[in-house]
Amino acid sequence: MKEQLLDSMDIERERGITIKANTVRIDYTADNGETYVLNLIDTPGHVDFAYEVSRSMRAVEGSLLVVDSTQGVEAQTLANVYQAIDADHEIVPVLNKIDLPASDCDRVAEQIEDVIGIDASDAIRVSAKTGQGIHETLEAIVHKLPAPQGTLDAPLKAMLVDSWYDAYLGVIVLVRIMDGTLKKGMRVKFMSNGTLHHVDRVGVFRPQMQMINSLGPGEIGFLTASIKQVRDTRVGDTITNDRNGTEVALPGFKPAQPVVFCGLFPVDSAEFEDLRDAIEKLALNDASFSYEMETSAALGFGFRCGFLGLLHLEVIRDRIEREYDIDLITTAPSVIYHVYMKDGAMIELHNPADMPDLSKVDHLEEPRIKATILVPDEYLGDVLKLCQDRRGIQMDLTYAGQRAMVVYDLPLNEVVFDFYDRLKSVTKGYASFDYQMTGYRQDALVKMSILVNDEPVDALSTMVHRDRAEMRGRAMCEKLKDLIPRHMFKIPIQAAIGGKVIARETLSALRKDVTAKCYGGDATRKRKLLDKQKAGKKKMRQFGKVDIPQEAFISALKMDG
Amino acid sequence: MADDWRSGGFGLYVHWPFCEAKCPYCDFNSHVSNNIDQKQWLTAYLSELRRSAVETPDRVLNTIFFGGGTPSLMDPETVAAVIGEARALWRPSNTMEITLEANPGSVEAGRFAAYRDAGVNRISMGVQALNDEDLRRLGRIHTVAEARAAFDIARDCFERVSFDLIYARQHQTLDAWRAELNDALSMAVDHLSLYQLTIEDGTAFADRYAVGKLRGLPEDDSAADMYLATQEICEKHGLPAYEVSNHARPGAESQHNLVYWRYGDYVGIGPGAHGRITVDGQKHATETQLNPQRWLDAATKGDGEKKRYVLSPKEQANEYLMMGMRISEGLDIGRWAALSGRPLSDESVDHLVGINMIERDNNRLRATPAGRAVLNAVIRELMG
Ligand SMILES: Nc1nc2c(ncn2[C@@H]2O[C@H](COP(=O)(O)OP(=O)(O)OP(=O)(O)O)[C@@H](O)[C@H]2O)c(=O)[nH]1
Ligand SMILES: [Mg+2]
Repeated sequence: MKEQLLDSMDIERERGITIKANTVRIDYTADNGETYVLNLIDTPGHVDFAYEVSRSMRAVEGSLLVVDSTQGVEAQTLANVYQAIDADHEIVPVLNKIDLPASDCDRVAEQIEDVIGIDASDAIRVSAKTGQGIHETLEAIVHKLPAPQGTLDAPLKAMLVDSWYDAYLGVIVLVRIMDGTLKKGMRVKFMSNGTLHHVDRVGVFRPQMQMINSLGPGEIGFLTASIKQVRDTRVGDTITNDRNGTEVALPGFKPAQPVVFCGLFPVDSAEFEDLRDAIEKLALNDASFSYEMETSAALGFGFRCGFLGLLHLEVIRDRIEREYDIDLITTAPSVIYHVYMKDGAMIELHNPADMPDLSKVDHLEEPRIKATILVPDEYLGDVLKLCQDRRGIQMDLTYAGQRAMVVYDLPLNEVVFDFYDRLKSVTKGYASFDYQMTGYRQDALVKMSILVNDEPVDALSTMVHRDRAEMRGRAMCEKLKDLIPRHMFKIPIQAAIGGKVIARETLSALRKDVTAKCYGGDATRKRKLLDKQKAGKKKMRQFGKVDIPQEAFISALKMDG
Repeated sequence: MADDWRSGGFGLYVHWPFCEAKCPYCDFNSHVSNNIDQKQWLTAYLSELRRSAVETPDRVLNTIFFGGGTPSLMDPETVAAVIGEARALWRPSNTMEITLEANPGSVEAGRFAAYRDAGVNRISMGVQALNDEDLRRLGRIHTVAEARAAFDIARDCFERVSFDLIYARQHQTLDAWRAELNDALSMAVDHLSLYQLTIEDGTAFADRYAVGKLRGLPEDDSAADMYLATQEICEKHGLPAYEVSNHARPGAESQHNLVYWRYGDYVGIGPGAHGRITVDGQKHATETQLNPQRWLDAATKGDGEKKRYVLSPKEQANEYLMMGMRISEGLDIGRWAALSGRPLSDESVDHLVGINMIERDNNRLRATPAGRAVLNAVIRELMG
């Protein structure tokens, strides 16, 4: 079988992670001779895509909890298991990768019991690589997980689990049938907005699409109904018959809200329209990705975009750059601040560049998170220090065997950027991390501007805590000094709060850049070389006469300590 | 731009691809071989000359340059025959400069008089360093004593003598270079080519550099200091820089190299030689077969050229810019605009003038000493 069969997006294959949940239907003949239809959903694990997990859980009766028996429970495992518990799922623990020498099933089973608190004594031991234990897993699905309930001759009641745009078929709507039957040719009503649609096709994924005539209770499949835009479908909606439909809609889902914002600008301003096109297309398939046009004094026209988290941001950015071939400048990620004005109004600030005049501001609030980190205890000290440095407040610290679980209350803005990278690096990759938003809290926040060659570069403005401003300012100036190439003149780089400079570096002038020999035989090669360098220069953004490389806008914010 | 090349003149470059040993810093098309049939090579050169002359009829030929490789390994008869044929095919200028690059060894020096008799009137010697330890590091097979002796013989034979030195070498200090340069200037030289050691791709030095085995190269800043010191010392001795790496007593500039820097036309023959020739009002870039044997076979049949294309206005303008800004006489702004079809950006020019990288007067742009040290950046700013 092809590897990474379900992780079909380029980005998924490259990064080796699941981003988009996928469904598969299989017919399984069990040991008792009966053939069962299994409707399976493979979900992502990463915290940014927790929303994919939660809605998938609502569409099924039970969960397989797959834990890597060489690694053990991770923070994201916890978050995902708790979702399954919330959804009243029967949970079957599976210990995977038993083919590897580092596999330690007893220890991991114990950990599952200690950390998660579910019985792991019957955990199935599996190697997805060799196929060992797969049979037992399928038997467990049949015998341990409850069969779907539902009434065949009731009015149609289907849950809209997901939808996406397909160039050939239009919008494809993924549904789980609760009651009744969905048939090709029938007319259905989307209960949230009352729209009526004629069902063109009904089918299932095996995992390739297969058209069938109808879907009944407990089944997961898809419909198409000449729907033009993903926006016309709402995830969590209830689909029923156009007449005499069900009275009671399903509870629905809370839509996923973007929490991290950044600006995306084309390096070449002539590509703005292409960027608009790319962003609109991507947003068609990703309701959790938001955007609006933005103008920056430094960067020209672009978009302020909202994401579920940093991984989500990176994925979208990669896709624009690769699938649409547009070079992007990504500005510093930011969270939504609540700015309380003296006149009592509250403004949601998505972009530090829009920070209102301080004299009119009463106070600011920032979003906080509850972060759960699992880490081998030898690295605990480094993790505590990291959280402390990021203005964290410790809420809990417990041990399970050799592992510590710490819970911190942290400001989201300290986490969105490079927290996860730092956490991985101080723990050599052994820590895992998960978070959830908890609410807003007032703090002493200020806007820090960066001036390059005495001109403010709005795209480098950030919100920082007053106590950390000087340190951050110094770090950013030092970073920028390394990131900006030397020019023919010296360039001051400053960080300022209001009008006050809090840090300063000077990038000295280029002293030597000349080709020693250039004669008749060199003309072609040297001209081409200069052409190439000139093209490289065009990939940078000019601020006054200073060229700033695109990666500087992000790299300048990375903190080493 | 039918006649643009006239502002730069017309020269002939002849490439001799063989050396006695390959130098580790050299990225020129050079090969070591010990069975060279000079007669056959001559036949090939002559047929290439004739092929080129058909395309450039009635021109005054200003210069000939024998480069390499090591052209001082050519038989003087071969050199004489090439010069004779060129004189017959084009109209030789009254002051035609004919340069030959020479290795400063004793054997070569023994041939200097014969080269003079063949018509060579300028010699350019690859001395490279005035210290035996460094010559060895640079892979040179001659000694300083030999070079000095060869220089004296050259002085007797030729009216015009130049030599090359390489600086910013491994473990070289600023003071050591100052002393060495003063030493060089105390010789009766009227032209010096002073090159900062550059690690060129595809050389032995590049391989060593890549694995960290080329130690002691000066940092950028001290290389910059050496460059400035070089300008200052040469200027003081009456050999100001007339080009980035070339210094001459006024009037002793290399006329042939000025054809390149003034963006004139030049015919290039011999393996891997490049040319720029205007034919039917269009400037062409030409390139011959690189491999000596392949070139020899093709050229004997009058077909040594491998590649040719018409240079676009933008390419011509960029080449003229890249070449013209190297020399102290600078760039003719009007000529650049005529080549490129648009004027230089005022904004860029003003900016560069403002930060003292270039000077503008009348119709010319010139790099200042500071601008010359970062000329690539200056050119990138001005490029179309
Ligand atoms: N040796 C071995 N490797 C395995 C086994 N199962 C999975 N892997 C490897 O583990 C890596 C991760 O597998 P995935 O299936 O992508 O893991 P996942 O849990 O779906 O990851 P997310 O979707 O990102 O949460 C891949 O490199 C697999 O090839 C196994 O049983 N044995
Ligand atoms: Mg996966």
